[in-house]
Amino acid sequence: MDEPLNLVLFSGTDDKLQAAAVLTAGAAALGRPVHVFLQYWALDAFRADRIGRDHGLAPEAGPEGRKAVDDLRAAGQASWAETMRTAKELGDVDIEACSLSMDLLHLEPSDLDPLVDGVEGVTAFFLNAEKGQVVFI
Amino acid sequence: MTTAVITQKLDARGLNCPMPIVKTAIAIKTMASGELLEVLATDPGAVKDFAAWSKSTGHPIVEQSTDEGVYRFVIEKK
Repeated sequence: MDEPLNLVLFSGTDDKLQAAAVLTAGAAALGRPVHVFLQYWALDAFRADRIGRDHGLAPEAGPEGRKAVDDLRAAGQASWAETMRTAKELGDVDIEACSLSMDLLHLEPSDLDPLVDGVEGVTAFFLNAEKGQVVFI
Repeated sequence: MTTAVITQKLDARGLNCPMPIVKTAIAIKTMASGELLEVLATDPGAVKDFAAWSKSTGHPIVEQSTDEGVYRFVIEKK
């Protein structure tokens, strides 16, 4: 199970980022390298000044979904950012910002949370992806 | 019922997926070959997840039991 898991994160809502963090941590626990590529609103959520904020939920969550997510959090579920941090401590997890999205959002590397390792283009992402799956969230 | 000497214990009760496995993987890294880790978990996916993790990483589950919704695993560091 050494093939990398390659996650392209587009959405910046807390539920989708939580799902991505769970996949990241699970793969890291199995010893699989994980490459995370941050685009658009997911990249915005990794801004140092915004990462701890409420990023809302996908529209299909509705009020019931909001309550379910809040209840799990109140019961002690780690946030997606904490889960990503734990995954990086455990395994080989590389988080890269998409260079196009950096331009789109007028961001500099210093604007990003330290969870983000660097900035790359889509070509570098695909090269590093090797023969592993690419998952888009 | 424990027949072997437990080296380290991990209480992962109340933790959601994938944290029981993640914390197990972190604990195993600190241990020496042949040492035993006891894990308690309540995550409903634990039985299948620990079996899959054990198969993939090669650290065998040497004891396993369930008591009132608490799953107990003893894992040997390979």
